[in-house]
Amino acid sequence: MTKPNLSSDSILLAHGGGGQLSEDLIRQVILPRLSETPVETLTDAAQVSINATTVCMTTDSYVVKPLFFPGGDIGKLAVCGTVNDLAVAGAEPIAISLALIIEEGFARTDLERIMDSVGQTAGVCGVTIVTGDTKTVETGSADGIFINTTGIGRLRPGIQLGFDVIGTGDVVLVSGTLGDHGLTIMSQREDIRFESSLRSDCAPLAGMIEVLLRENNKIRFMRDPTRGGLAASLNEIARATGHSLLIRQSDLPINGSVQAAADMLGFDILNIANEGKFVAVVAAEQAQHCLDLCHQHPLGKDARLIGEIGGSSATPLVELETNIGGRRIVQMPYGRDLPRIC
Amino acid sequence: MLDRVKQAQETIEAACTKVGRRIQVMEVCGTHTVSIFRSGVRSLLPVGLKLLSGPGCPVCVTDQGYMDLALALADREDVLIATYGDMIRVPGRNGSLETRQSRARVHVVLSAEDALQLAVDHPDKTVVFLAVGFETTTPATAVLLRDAAARNLKNLCILCGHKLVVPAMMALLGSKNDKIDAFLCPGHVSVIIGVDAYYDVVHTFGRPCVVAGFEAVQIMEGLAEICRQISDAKPGLASVYGAVVTAEGNPTALSLMDDCFDVVDGVWRGLGTIPQSTLQIKEIYADYDAQKRFDLPAFSSEITSGCRCGEVLCGLIDPPQCGLFGKRCSPQGPVGPCMVSSEGACSAWYKYGKH
Repeated sequence: MTKPNLSSDSILLAHGGGGQLSEDLIRQVILPRLSETPVETLTDAAQVSINATTVCMTTDSYVVKPLFFPGGDIGKLAVCGTVNDLAVAGAEPIAISLALIIEEGFARTDLERIMDSVGQTAGVCGVTIVTGDTKTVETGSADGIFINTTGIGRLRPGIQLGFDVIGTGDVVLVSGTLGDHGLTIMSQREDIRFESSLRSDCAPLAGMIEVLLRENNKIRFMRDPTRGGLAASLNEIARATGHSLLIRQSDLPINGSVQAAADMLGFDILNIANEGKFVAVVAAEQAQHCLDLCHQHPLGKDARLIGEIGGSSATPLVELETNIGGRRIVQMPYGRDLPRIC
Repeated sequence: MLDRVKQAQETIEAACTKVGRRIQVMEVCGTHTVSIFRSGVRSLLPVGLKLLSGPGCPVCVTDQGYMDLALALADREDVLIATYGDMIRVPGRNGSLETRQSRARVHVVLSAEDALQLAVDHPDKTVVFLAVGFETTTPATAVLLRDAAARNLKNLCILCGHKLVVPAMMALLGSKNDKIDAFLCPGHVSVIIGVDAYYDVVHTFGRPCVVAGFEAVQIMEGLAEICRQISDAKPGLASVYGAVVTAEGNPTALSLMDDCFDVVDGVWRGLGTIPQSTLQIKEIYADYDAQKRFDLPAFSSEITSGCRCGEVLCGLIDPPQCGLFGKRCSPQGPVGPCMVSSEGACSAWYKYGKH
């Protein structure tokens, strides 16, 4: 593994990309200065024990540009993203805090639109916005509006998802088509706008995940592959478990228009953000049943079994069996394939 | 599709067996390098066929001197840089455009036309468009020049780094290091220049030239055609790219290029000076030439010690043979442009190969 090289004196956009550079920044600059923080905080949500109860807690900031896009807006994204981080940690989302940083001059009607979206999405998800904060900054100090959330949820009884229970032969499942959100955002950016029928997949996953976790379906691990895409999530699994993964390109669910956009821009869809999908590692004997459960849910009709966990290795790799029967490696993305997307 | 891939594989294997020594094919174009890895083609080829990366990555062959000029311009308060995305991470002597992006003076554009709009939107700044690329992108720069002149736009100029593919291919042949048996020729460049542009490569040097597109099946069939020609000892010009590539190319695009640019000798990173290989903006468009407007020195050739990008670009070594590969040089902290560019050989080897 190459020693990371933070050779720049300043933080780059790529440091927020969810890929290698983000991880390096957290491990080299942030975590070492937080002596009480356990390394496990690199998961989507943390578990905090208060007396006999385990609370799951997650935090996220939303800086997406543009603020409004086909399939959603920053408000919907903020609620869905928070809910999904709790859901993939095995928690039932309960409450969210909502902090707004608004640039002076931001249109009141845009704020109303965003808040309508927040309220509506929270209602659909069954979560309550319980507390919030509002700050304004001078023109030029924020890009319209930034949103920060903290979500808390109750760990579902008997559920303990984690890297340590993943083993050889487990199956990898994705809940639907890949790359929709990231490519949609790209298609809307002023500097590279192109016409398309792309729509963000921004959606709350707690309902579908609850169905999967309700029965004893031997779900080992889940993650929502946002920044850094599926490639980042799969590489995190490989690194944390020490097991290689083999994924089949022919089984990846991808919309034709998303593939076309990615081909045009030279992007690898595996590196592109999703906002309404999860990747799960499931015991082999339960994989088909879990897939069937997903297919019965409106958000899971394109779910697929896409690969397996391989043996352990000193240098675990994520390998892709390509459409023509060849093989290549899927690396952890650098972090700057895309602009801000969540 | 799998049938066609299998058939191509069989043709390649049969040819390698018949020829009895390793066949070395240079895939000139950076997009081919990436596609060959990403699609898994590389993993399907027999040991008897070796692919050499070529100088067809415009960012990779951009001289460090060009980057240093671009960085110097980016540091000026009165300048906005318009550039294709790949260029922003190429290191010069003093950082890269990426580290200057935080000062909002560097704008990533998808097309040359966007640079014109940037100039219109910022009348108080001079927009400098970093025009790099081979014949695929050059016509777009020609249109930009023509449109800027037609509008009498005063605040736009171009730092021209355009290059021509065939002179670079010819420069690699005939030297003592020449190990190239054939060329897999770039698809999109060939749409512009036509298959006949490679005539001299075939008839002077006897190397097969086959044009292929970037889909996996195309690449396999292109390689199969090359191997067939070598096996039959009948080098020729061919294209598997279908109707989009003609013998004579695109006359409109070629004419546009002719109107706007002179062909001159130029410096290529790692290859040195290649005669009649780069483009210079014609005198009639001198007002739009950044080198003249800012009275810039000529590009100078300089390589960071230890960086073997030049040998990679000539197909003399594979990237892992460079001592910096994966150690001092990686996508997170690149030393040379071959690691930075999304079409660079070093980047492709790092991203898609085992190491």
